[in-house]
Amino acid sequence: MKSLSRLNAIIKKEILQLSRDRRTFGMVFGVPIFQILLFGYAINTDVRNLKTVIANQAGTHLSEQFVSELRVSQLVAITGTAETAEELETLLRRGEISIGVLIPADFDRRVADRNRAAVHILVDGSDPTILSVANQLRSMPIAFDSAPARDQRQELIEIRPYYNPERRTPVNIVPGLMGVILMMTMMMFTAVAIVRERERGNLELLINTPVSSAELMIGKVTPYIAIGLLQLAIILGLGQLLFNVPIRGSVVDLYVAGSAFIAANLALGLLISTATRTQFQAMQMTIFILLPSILLSGFMFPFDGMPVAAQYIGEALPTTHFIRLTRGIMLREAPLFEMMPDFLYLIGFTVVVMSIAATRFSKKLD
Amino acid sequence: MVSSEFAIEARGLSKHFGDLRAVSKLDLNVPRGQIYGFLGPNGSGKSTTIRMLCGLLTPTEGTADVLGTKIPGDAKLLKPRIGYMTQKFSLFGDLTVRENLQFIAEIYSFPTRERKGRIEELLVNYDLVPQQKQLADTMSGGQKQRLALACAVLHHPELLLLDEPTSAVDPQSRRDFWANLFRLAKTGTTILVSTHYMDEAERCHRLAILDRGIKVADGTPQQLQAATGMHIIEVMADDPYAAQIAVDERPEVASVTQLGVRLRVLIPERHAQPLDIVRDALARGNVAGEVQSATPTLEDVFVAVTMKTEDRDR
Repeated sequence: MKSLSRLNAIIKKEILQLSRDRRTFGMVFGVPIFQILLFGYAINTDVRNLKTVIANQAGTHLSEQFVSELRVSQLVAITGTAETAEELETLLRRGEISIGVLIPADFDRRVADRNRAAVHILVDGSDPTILSVANQLRSMPIAFDSAPARDQRQELIEIRPYYNPERRTPVNIVPGLMGVILMMTMMMFTAVAIVRERERGNLELLINTPVSSAELMIGKVTPYIAIGLLQLAIILGLGQLLFNVPIRGSVVDLYVAGSAFIAANLALGLLISTATRTQFQAMQMTIFILLPSILLSGFMFPFDGMPVAAQYIGEALPTTHFIRLTRGIMLREAPLFEMMPDFLYLIGFTVVVMSIAATRFSKKLD
Repeated sequence: MVSSEFAIEARGLSKHFGDLRAVSKLDLNVPRGQIYGFLGPNGSGKSTTIRMLCGLLTPTEGTADVLGTKIPGDAKLLKPRIGYMTQKFSLFGDLTVRENLQFIAEIYSFPTRERKGRIEELLVNYDLVPQQKQLADTMSGGQKQRLALACAVLHHPELLLLDEPTSAVDPQSRRDFWANLFRLAKTGTTILVSTHYMDEAERCHRLAILDRGIKVADGTPQQLQAATGMHIIEVMADDPYAAQIAVDERPEVASVTQLGVRLRVLIPERHAQPLDIVRDALARGNVAGEVQSATPTLEDVFVAVTMKTEDRDR
């Protein structure tokens, strides 16, 4: 009986404490809701609506018919048209499209002769999921209404996978993993580093010295920038050594993009540190940002396959933009200036978040 | 700027946290080069006042002039000129003693050429030479406190604010600590120290007694003792517990405190013949005891002035 009363005391105390820790209590409801929404909406291997641009050089009735067949298939979302194969390749390299459809000028004759491919489908093959969608396009019907020669159909559509001809998963995963690892460590390090000083009372001492908020914040994050760049080198080195992941573009570009991304995450970490009181809360908050960064950034699932709402969330996350940059630079040999919007987003994000963090971080206790 | 005879002049300083009036309309004059004490129980507003004076908290009302700098407003100008020791040890536990001192020297932009000499001097003065390579977290309470003081005075502050500096150390360390404070005061440093120890308060040149955010008395310890407005009666009784109950029944008695076998009885000065009042009370309670007059201690002062605020609250 005595044991029961003691057990009861512990249980009651635990419930009381839990009900007073609002943040933890919030996690009780927040985590399942958040997770089910994230996983439910984001995990979608049945990808549709891949961004596609068509270069229809034939412009005949038959080719238009093929294009409208493509459109109704819903596998692709046609976002524009182009003139030449080079244009399609550029769009592909910049990451603006996943699929380019090239219909040569002699489309009608090729269909009739059936000795050469009549449609070329250019695919960003770095993501195996996208490649498999492209392969489904092979079954698209092309024929004169009168003569549907089904048995020879496959020769008419040729799939050209770019950037990852061996179809190896690490080639696609490693550049994305760089974003996830950097964000995890950078954000957590800074968030916890400042909250720890608050917990230990160091902050009360520091804010009583002539040190300014800006000096304190910049001083705190600078060592982590170096750590971040080091991590970048480790991932790149191991990726190349163990998995033969190529760095086709410029390493300098990669490091410039990496620095911007590190800065964005450090700013986010600082913001978290101003919004939390304990290291535990800081960790919880980090995980809250970490999960969507893994699931909605295009790291695990193709961005195009996600519902629009999830894409909006994804667009807000720095990891999404960094992963686009790394895949572009490493796999598609895209120079940084061709992907300026993603790079500028990282810079803008850093400036905005850093300003909010610096305003919130006051050199006072009240 | 330096001409004022006071290091701190506060007028009507108040700090409210919601409904709680942590500090109410505090007036304060702290003379330069003296050790000024804040005596008060926990929650009396000592820490809040110190934090307002160094710019950590914004006063709800009132202003202060600290070393010629206006508070609130110009706290930034003040930081290089004051030293502050937090109630809780706030240096870096995962740095060594010497590294902590080095860090503080750099933060205060202490001249590089004099830095090493100053650190050596502090290590010697604060008896930290043997611990200089030890991590601060692994030191005893007394050693940590010496390190904290060394860090607080490294940049030769004109004003030192110490928030209950001795609450975590043994009596011997407290004695050494006070010896250090007197040495600093002698060189012209003004020291404001909060405490809830009577014996420490007695060492201050001047002190203010705070009670629930209100300054209830201030002056030199001698002045305060001379002006309690109470008769102090001491009772030696065989059964001090019964004696206490008996004496407490008399309406004239303001307070009775048991100190071992003795009782200390406070009776307001307006009542004549206080000894007779106590003797009468003992006789009625059928308790034997010796009754005699005593001179007031600081503790008596403290009991007397805090009682007044209780009356006021009613």
